[in-house]
Amino acid sequence: MSFSWARPYEPKNPVMRWIDERLPLPRLVYGAIGGGYPVPRNLNYFWNFGVLAGIFLTIQIVTGIVLAMHYFATTDGAFNSVNQLIMRDVNAGWLLRYAHMNGASFFFIVTYIHIFRGLYYGSYKAPRELVWMLGLVIYLLMMATAFMGYVLPWGQMSYWGAQVITGFFSAFPLIGEPLRVWLLGGYAPDQAALTRFFSLHYLLPFVIAGVVILHIWALHIPGSGNPTGVDVKTERDTLPFHPFYTAKDGWFAAFVLLTYAVVTYFAPDYLGHPDNYIPANPLATPAHIVPEWYFWPFYAILRSFTIDFILPAKLWGVLAMFGSILLLFFLPWLDKSPVRSGAYRPVFKRFFWLLVIDVLILGYVGGAPLNWWRTALGQLASAYYFVHFLVILPLVSAFETPEQLPTSISDSVLHGEEAEAAPAGQTKPRRGSVATAG
Amino acid sequence: MRFILGFIGSVFAAILLFSMISNLATYAKNPPAPLAAEKFHREPKELALKSDGPFGKFDKAQLQRGFQVYSEVCSACHSLKLVSFRDLKGIGYNDAEIKKIASDWKTQVPSINPDTGEPAGRKALASDNFPAPFANDVAARAANNNALPPDLSLITKSREGGAAYVYSLLTGWANADTYRNEHGEKLPAEAKPGPNLHFNPYFANLNLAMPPPLTSEGQVTYADGTKPTVDQMAKDVSAFLVWTAEPNLENRHAAGLAVSIFLLVATILAYFAYRQIWYDAKRAVRVTGALDPVNQAKSKRAKAKQGVIG
Repeated sequence: MSFSWARPYEPKNPVMRWIDERLPLPRLVYGAIGGGYPVPRNLNYFWNFGVLAGIFLTIQIVTGIVLAMHYFATTDGAFNSVNQLIMRDVNAGWLLRYAHMNGASFFFIVTYIHIFRGLYYGSYKAPRELVWMLGLVIYLLMMATAFMGYVLPWGQMSYWGAQVITGFFSAFPLIGEPLRVWLLGGYAPDQAALTRFFSLHYLLPFVIAGVVILHIWALHIPGSGNPTGVDVKTERDTLPFHPFYTAKDGWFAAFVLLTYAVVTYFAPDYLGHPDNYIPANPLATPAHIVPEWYFWPFYAILRSFTIDFILPAKLWGVLAMFGSILLLFFLPWLDKSPVRSGAYRPVFKRFFWLLVIDVLILGYVGGAPLNWWRTALGQLASAYYFVHFLVILPLVSAFETPEQLPTSISDSVLHGEEAEAAPAGQTKPRRGSVATAG
Repeated sequence: MRFILGFIGSVFAAILLFSMISNLATYAKNPPAPLAAEKFHREPKELALKSDGPFGKFDKAQLQRGFQVYSEVCSACHSLKLVSFRDLKGIGYNDAEIKKIASDWKTQVPSINPDTGEPAGRKALASDNFPAPFANDVAARAANNNALPPDLSLITKSREGGAAYVYSLLTGWANADTYRNEHGEKLPAEAKPGPNLHFNPYFANLNLAMPPPLTSEGQVTYADGTKPTVDQMAKDVSAFLVWTAEPNLENRHAAGLAVSIFLLVATILAYFAYRQIWYDAKRAVRVTGALDPVNQAKSKRAKAKQGVIG
């Protein structure tokens, strides 16, 4: 811990001292999620989603490992191993599979909220640029993992999704087609592709777990941000992670797991596509091929390029789609405003909400069958996406007059009750002045 | 660098806006006429089954009737590859009945002659999956005017609309010459069924190779005395196919209820634990945060009281 307000570990239990002197594991735990990680005291519920993403990663790894024990990675056996063996014959196999399927969706839901939290509160700004960039690496790995996982049941959408997505590579001139054939191990998705997708789908989650460790490590250097974006100045601005944030994360995690359970048990196929219950058939193309819902915004950007302007439309689409994610790596330098939190940036705030609506529109257009007005709407929304990040953000950060920032975190939340302010645990409870919300 | 990125962004945006304008112009010049499939395709009819909803349970008598329709009618062409005879326990048959159903099944299981090793068939066992009516896809196509009857194991999960779609399709064939849609329009000549095709407005492109399989009342004789109308048989077989696609539905619903109640209690307890733990801190901190407009107003008022501007 490098921040000055971190508390050093002092073992109380002699066993812990004995271990700590030989292997500083107790110190690590204390500094990561214990009293040794003081957290700004004003975090709102949007700060719960990082922990939730970690929970869903764990659920995915655990359910995935057990599913892999029953799955056959062969083009003849994959569909039946999922839809007969796992869904009918393995004890609670249906639960594992539905939990894994919907776990992926919930992992993306909480990750998207986590990312938009970062966008609104300027979490990508100094000194947390690397935290942001490592987060984007995790996101890219998640996308690759999810895509390959969706191929494994070898249904119609699995097959045709693999066909379309690996087809992106063939958009590049000269090297494109050989690259695609090399990646797939053939001219079309087949046994070679399925086996390597299975291998990588098993590997990448552990790579994600590794990058998650780096992400948290990098976060623990400056410590967590907060809704005001004002740096922690004294210990008075913070609360120890345990028990305060473990309690807050705890109840909220139980609540999110409740919604996850409701979807998994009562509408397990709601987020999926019916065509994936048809075995893969290279000779029959589905009426409209769509990826999983979490890729819809990017799929909309890909499909929005309809004219060959110097380069073929397909290449523009692929470049724009990859670009739409890569540009996020440049965000710390695109948005130079010294004010982190969008709450104190009146102009930025409006554009932020416009971006949220824009991404929702892109998601809708990407998931629905194309027609003339959806195509046009998708093109408008894609154009705004790029203009927002690459033109509007730099301009706003240059010309906007931010609102007055609070002088400190405590100041922003105490509302004239400074007299009562004291480190947690030192004030006596007094009835009648308990805060309204929780 | 910001200029380069801004330039790239502008190029993408310009191409997109140009594409949009050219698309809209093309549309304005010659708007595409709606396809016959769009004008005549119908959404599935309503179908209420006991297995619907979060607390749904199977109606085993109905599933057995549906199984009877499958075995006497559908199974002539459609396989049920993912379901095994022993699974029939789930719709209320006992071991002896299942053994008999398996050994009486009209198609044999491909096997070998134990003496010569020549390919041969044998009677199905309870542990076998339902044998397919045709040896392979080529044989199936050859017997069905080059159309492949789909496997029915997952049909209610692999079609938009599920069981309601299966039910609507089974009762949906109509005469293409006299059919009128809800606007009273008649089917244009190009949308009429070609040779060996049959008009059914519930099918995505209106004409399908399957002729109506359930045609007359009394096509099967129900043991439980239910009147075997075409509508009843279609409903029963749809209900049966919900079971073949999701045999664990009852377990799932029961477990879901228990898990949800457990998590609800856990959420409530954890919430009050959180309130308790934060009680001291809350005395000093409004945990909803600085963004709450109520808090911002309070903050401003408090500052004004102290004579601080901002």
